[in-house]
Amino acid sequence: MTGTMNLAAEVQQASGVASMAWLLLVLPAFGAAVLLIGGKRTDKWGHLLGSATVIAAFVYGVVLFLDTKSLGAEDRLRDVHLFDWIPVNALDVEFGLRVDPLSLTFVLLITGVGSLIHIYSIGYMSDDRNRRRFFAYLNLFVAAMLLLVLGNGFVTLYFGWEGVGLASYLLIGWYQDKDFAATAAKKAFLMNRVGDVGLALAIFIMFKTMGSTQYDVVFAQIGNQSTATVVSIGILLLLGACGKSGQFPLQAWLPDAMAGPTPVSALIHAATMVTAGVYLIARSSPLYSLPQAEDARLVVMIVGAVTLLIGCVIGCAYDDFKKVLAYSTVSQIGYMILAVGLGPAGYAFGILHLLTHGFFKAGLFLGAGSVMHGMNDEGNIRRLGGLARKMPITFVTWTLGYLALIGFPFLSGYFSKDAIIAAAFSEGGGRGWVFGGIALLGAGLTAFYMTRLLILVFLGKPRWENLKSEDGRAYHPHESGWTMTLPMIVLAVGSVGAGAILSGILPEWLTPSIGELVEEHGPLSHTLIAVLTVAISAIGAATAFVVFGRREQPVTRPARVSFPVRAARADLYGNHLNEALFARPGVWLTRFLVFVDNRGVDGLVNGIAAGLGGSSGRLRRLQTGFVRSYALSMLGGSILVIAALLMVRFA
Amino acid sequence: MTPTYYLLLSALLFTIGAVGVLVRRNAIVVFMCVELMLNAVNLSLVTFARINGSLSGQVMAFFVMVVAAAEVVVGLAIIMSIFRTRRTASVDDSNLLKY
Repeated sequence: MTGTMNLAAEVQQASGVASMAWLLLVLPAFGAAVLLIGGKRTDKWGHLLGSATVIAAFVYGVVLFLDTKSLGAEDRLRDVHLFDWIPVNALDVEFGLRVDPLSLTFVLLITGVGSLIHIYSIGYMSDDRNRRRFFAYLNLFVAAMLLLVLGNGFVTLYFGWEGVGLASYLLIGWYQDKDFAATAAKKAFLMNRVGDVGLALAIFIMFKTMGSTQYDVVFAQIGNQSTATVVSIGILLLLGACGKSGQFPLQAWLPDAMAGPTPVSALIHAATMVTAGVYLIARSSPLYSLPQAEDARLVVMIVGAVTLLIGCVIGCAYDDFKKVLAYSTVSQIGYMILAVGLGPAGYAFGILHLLTHGFFKAGLFLGAGSVMHGMNDEGNIRRLGGLARKMPITFVTWTLGYLALIGFPFLSGYFSKDAIIAAAFSEGGGRGWVFGGIALLGAGLTAFYMTRLLILVFLGKPRWENLKSEDGRAYHPHESGWTMTLPMIVLAVGSVGAGAILSGILPEWLTPSIGELVEEHGPLSHTLIAVLTVAISAIGAATAFVVFGRREQPVTRPARVSFPVRAARADLYGNHLNEALFARPGVWLTRFLVFVDNRGVDGLVNGIAAGLGGSSGRLRRLQTGFVRSYALSMLGGSILVIAALLMVRFA
Repeated sequence: MTPTYYLLLSALLFTIGAVGVLVRRNAIVVFMCVELMLNAVNLSLVTFARINGSLSGQVMAFFVMVVAAAEVVVGLAIIMSIFRTRRTASVDDSNLLKY
């Protein structure tokens, strides 16, 4: 467990195909610029251009991947120097790209899933007047996200980090005329800001202690720093990751972010942006692998474990299709954070789960979008039901994603989630049992709430038949067009096969970036853990069938429920906690400051002015206009002067 | 012939002049009191010149007289114009220049 093994492969200057890596950033950025500047003139073909740039970036990404694959493992770390960004004395920030297995993995995920979701959006947003602007924002997001993963220093990463935050804000608040969407966008932006402060502080500390913010310099020197520095950088980076990835205690914005259009939820708030935190920690693996960073890693694991439980528990109680999926995302990212917190034994599994999750969660969201598209944007699962026959393609693809998520044997989730659970157990000692146990429990809960979704949406009786949507229309569920079903089918295929393929090749492929996968064996054998996980998931799914599948479900949510359900419906009081700990004191603080400003500062300034004005008004009265009184004061003054002179003279 | 008497007379004249300036209201009388004070000072200048056997004090007295004469010209002209506009020479009534 040393950081040096990551440096076995030296960073090289890129040549050939890789030297054109800037194309990855420029293509979607170009699309965004044309669509935003071109305005209404581009309305007719804007969505085509938007999709084309991302697809082109994907194609280039594949070429780059094959090019890198053809090199030896030690030659796969490559830098592309673009220009000196901030050359100021001691601070020399280079704008460069890092083309290595880790960033390429993300590039393929972002542009691949991104392309599918762009295509899906053509159909999904076809009724929206501002579809062009939507594609511009999506392109902007892809460009920023690619910069985030491709940057070869923490400042470039931060640039992309803020860029995706902006795109996320714009897209969550897409339905800006709706109050809840505008509020959700603001909430997401503010909570992200809390995390960003952590990331910024971590960068400041790096510059202070190591004089650089480039990956190669920082990771080469991090081993010589004091434990305090390493741990504080580790924890501040984690804070940044928590903000962007919706981890405890900053998880509350992610479910609200579902106010945005569904493709946004799928791309940004499930598959790519929210996994940036996992990327950050995996990228900083030389730091977290250090023996000094033991405490920081423990905090990472705790955050991951707590979040995965919170996400599962709340997911069981929500009735909003997309919000359940959002909490599922929160919990799955909790798994990834737990995995990367395990150190060299878990980095690769965290990334593996991130990739498979990217496939099946994006698929699940697109399925949800397809359902809502056909059901007058109805997202309340209690008002759905029995849609399997009306939407066969959506049903089949969604079910495949569902099976992948709950870890059905030999689908994607089975390989990635089981690997994380096994790695958690092999941490050893009490820690292993605690984290492994939590991960195992989470698997059962995941199966429970996902099965509940499946039953309430696709199976059972069609409860919507006698209902009307909010705008008074009757429901006429129908299958979506090919632009929407095609991406769902591709993602479903990925959900089924990605895990099996990737779990074999990914650890070795990622070795140059994040170090070799250290396999440790815990108290339980891997086979036993796999059996246990499947068994517990099966129990969870069976429980859901027993609870929700046998009786007819009410159309409105039951009001009288037990305490755990009430707590889960209230986000386990996460919002209340934020409200009580931060919002309320913040309001008090501002009120106090306003009071101090009005009374204290203004009082002081106005008081001085009023005092001077008043006293000079009094002093003015001395100017009576009577010459004789002036003469008297002159006489008095002269006498005083003479007396003083005499006193000095004769004293 | 002790100079003390001259100095005492000078002090007495100055005091009368000063009190006159302070208590009298008629501008002409005030003016005359000012002249009295100037001349009291002249007297003491001359006396001190005599005591010290130097001429500079006496020369100084001439200067004071010249300046006093010029002052009388300007001062009386002002008093005249005030009297013409306000039909009074009381210094207490000319109190417009105040707060």
